Amino acid sequence: MSKDGPVLAADGRPLKHSLRRALRAEKMRALALIAPLLIFILITFIAPIGSMLFRSVENEIVPDTLPRATKALQGWDQSAGIPPDEDIFAAMAYDLVIAAERKLHTRLGTRLNYEYTGISSIFRKTGRRVDDFGEAYQDALTGLNPAWKSPGTWVSLMTAPDERARPGAAAELLPETSDLYQSFARLVRDEGDDLSEERPWAPVYAALVRDLRQTDQAVLESYSGPQAALLSEAKAALPDFPVTTFREEFLTADEGWADPQVWATIQAFSGDYTSGYFLNSVDLRKTPDGVAPQPEDERIYIMLFKRTLIMSMIIMGSCVLLGYPIAYLLSNLPLRTSNLLLILVLLPFWTSLLVRTSSWKVLLQQQGVINDVLVWSGLISDAGRLVMINNQTGTIIAMTHILLPFMILPLYSVMKTIPPTYVRAAKSLGATNWTAFWRVYFPQSVPGIGAGCILVFILAIGYYITPELVGGTKGVFISNRIAYHISSSLNWGLAAALGSILLAAVLILYWVYDRLVGIDNVSLG
Amino acid sequence: MTEADAGFVVFDRVQKSYDGETLVVKDLNLSIGKGEFLTMLGPSGSGKTTCLMMLAGFESATHGEILLDGHPINNIPPHKRGIGMVFQNYALFPHMTVAENLAFPLEVRKIGKSEREAKVKRALEMVQMGAFGGRRPAQLSGGQQQRIALARALVFEPELVLMDEPLGALDKQLREHMQFEITRLAHSLGITTVYVTHDQTEALTMSDRVAVFDDGRIQQLAPPDLLYEAPENSFVAQFIGENNTLEGTVENITDGVAVVRLDDGELIDAKPVNVSKPGERTLVSIRPERVEIDKSRLSPGVHTVHAEVLEFIYMGDIYRTRLRVAGNEDFVIKTRNAPDQRRLRPGEHIEIGWLPEDCRALDA
Ligand SMILES: Nc1ncnc2c1ncn2[C@@H]1O[C@H](COP(=O)(O)OP(=O)(O)O)[C@@H](O)[C@H]1O
Ligand SMILES: [Mg+2]
Repeated sequence: MSKDGPVLAADGRPLKHSLRRALRAEKMRALALIAPLLIFILITFIAPIGSMLFRSVENEIVPDTLPRATKALQGWDQSAGIPPDEDIFAAMAYDLVIAAERKLHTRLGTRLNYEYTGISSIFRKTGRRVDDFGEAYQDALTGLNPAWKSPGTWVSLMTAPDERARPGAAAELLPETSDLYQSFARLVRDEGDDLSEERPWAPVYAALVRDLRQTDQAVLESYSGPQAALLSEAKAALPDFPVTTFREEFLTADEGWADPQVWATIQAFSGDYTSGYFLNSVDLRKTPDGVAPQPEDERIYIMLFKRTLIMSMIIMGSCVLLGYPIAYLLSNLPLRTSNLLLILVLLPFWTSLLVRTSSWKVLLQQQGVINDVLVWSGLISDAGRLVMINNQTGTIIAMTHILLPFMILPLYSVMKTIPPTYVRAAKSLGATNWTAFWRVYFPQSVPGIGAGCILVFILAIGYYITPELVGGTKGVFISNRIAYHISSSLNWGLAAALGSILLAAVLILYWVYDRLVGIDNVSLG
Repeated sequence: MTEADAGFVVFDRVQKSYDGETLVVKDLNLSIGKGEFLTMLGPSGSGKTTCLMMLAGFESATHGEILLDGHPINNIPPHKRGIGMVFQNYALFPHMTVAENLAFPLEVRKIGKSEREAKVKRALEMVQMGAFGGRRPAQLSGGQQQRIALARALVFEPELVLMDEPLGALDKQLREHMQFEITRLAHSLGITTVYVTHDQTEALTMSDRVAVFDDGRIQQLAPPDLLYEAPENSFVAQFIGENNTLEGTVENITDGVAVVRLDDGELIDAKPVNVSKPGERTLVSIRPERVEIDKSRLSPGVHTVHAEVLEFIYMGDIYRTRLRVAGNEDFVIKTRNAPDQRRLRPGEHIEIGWLPEDCRALDA
């Protein structure tokens, strides 16, 4: 504490100040002690979760891969139900030729296919042919003047003489051509090739023709930059050129482009972020007309979430029912016996989860041990063998067994701390065995039940291997679907959204639990 | 037992074994009168709690019978015995408020709400805790918890209350205060109390009668003054209060005075308690304050013993002097701090003696 006299005056503020400083030093020390673990957790836990949360709304692949098309589509009214006009097709062609060169179009197709089935193949097919779009114009121009064949012509026309990376004087005159050529130039440079040796793709020629058609004769004449003569010649020859459109080229590549829904889907998912994954996670989807329910046969996630929650509750409940008496017994036995029995409780931890789950398969299947015994003893007929596996029963039985120790251990450690004198006191006060248990013992064991329930429930809700192995189709959890999207369908966005919802559900339940029971009442021992 | 009808609580030849090999309680016969305050005193492990638990019904007697108000209760479960009980750690239910704790025994007896509340209020006031009904036990001090535990054991008006070292966790001052409170309450309510403690001061100050336990047996059952002044065996003599012992052999017994030859050859006079004939080994016991160092105050003809002063401690109201007597270096005498009192100096050699009736020749 500081010594300058009046600091500790009645108003108390300076005192608080120095106290705070003392506490801060303590806090810093504490922080330094936990820093290694904190960093470890940040890297291995918080960061992946953050990235997952981000991935569930992230949609940058669409606007990043199709910058021109998404911009052009902004003005398109999808409700008319007709495909967009030539300008948008042109923008799409420019984007696609670059995407195809960079091999990004299939990934984009996959992404959009989640939203509208079939887009993937449209993109794949079109990507193969898009660098030939506008070939007719390429032929016409090179036929008109062989100078168009030379990469040098393009370099001088499209880039600044001093610095090749900058657009040249014709950029204003030929906006689309210049834009596309710049992308072309960047790609060539990225690959380490020499721009003056690479002839542009056919769509660049088509862009030039489109630009020239747009340009006024007068404006063109006032242009005095490089290759002015060549441009005038081309402009003059335009009427003789064959008339083809990008639209036709697209439709030749894949008829799907005539479907306005394809365009509407691209338009709907043109933002950097999307709620689409989350909508999918709750059996909704984003349509051009707004949010709509998924088709009947594709609605599975709500059902899966419900099933996961309900089955986790059932598992939690059976763990309480089975675990409570055992924990009670253990806590009332002499230490030596209880330690021995506790080892039996922990035994499952020392065998592989896979082995345990597989043994349940052996026990529960229709030709399995339990059914055999029941048939042999005559309790059921051979035809009436019980179906106990590859359904919800199997999942519940196996998971109750696997998670039981997580219920018993916190219960045991809490019960161990309840002195037997409480129950004796209750009895001496006139309570029957049951009243003494229910009014005195049980309330004191509630923190253990709480801890066990939270533990079991949270573990159950995210369980994956066991439902996968013994759950069949009826007994799988939402986590199995998440795993499917992570490893098979590769729809990570949807997996992330499902995972985020699961995380949120756990947090909400935790909060509700805190309100009802109070998290301070949870004790792990 | 013949006086079975006289006793409100009767232990009749009760034995108890936990493991089937050793008897923790050996042949316990005890009759407690109605309204009596009886204390079971004894060293740790002597079987006091076990006796209490058998009475409360939490342990069953291996052999023998326990009667409450004339009825055998061996087969009656604890909750039907109607015995109030105070535990060493109070055992107040932590999840209930003080008032709920007190209402618990009334609730399980299906007593109506208004009557319940009145009784709880009265019980709280009885222990001067009227304002604490809404608190949780954890919010109370040790002494307050003790009072609540007491109130809870009394609120349903039992005729018999058992207390197992109820003051063990309190500090000295509080303990003394509570000793007084408990005896006052017990007497004013007229309830029979069986109190267990290993603290002899507590036993002496509180009880009507004290049962001294050792090794699963009652060594002596007597009012406090008799226990102190007339211990019946050397265990009781040693256990209660401060005590000097000397070993020797009985020379002869005449006119109720035994002459004992100590192991170093000196002769002393003692009252024969557990000895009957010459030649028996004996342990004589004498209280420190009954030893006389002024020969002129002893009656003529009594034997005196030679002693060497080892240590002199001034304690304010008394002097405490440690002597070597017949090879025993822990022979203590206490003398009153009076103007004419001699202060002995270490190294001094003196003669000490006592009245024969103050020196008891007990079992060896
Ligand atoms: N539940 C029990 N099981 C086995 N032995 C016990 C049990 N309770 C007490 N004992 C034994 O019985 C003896 C007497 O114990 P107890 O009645 O608690 O003595 P005290 O209360 O006088 O200290 C001790 O030796 C103790 O170890
Ligand atoms: Mg005890």
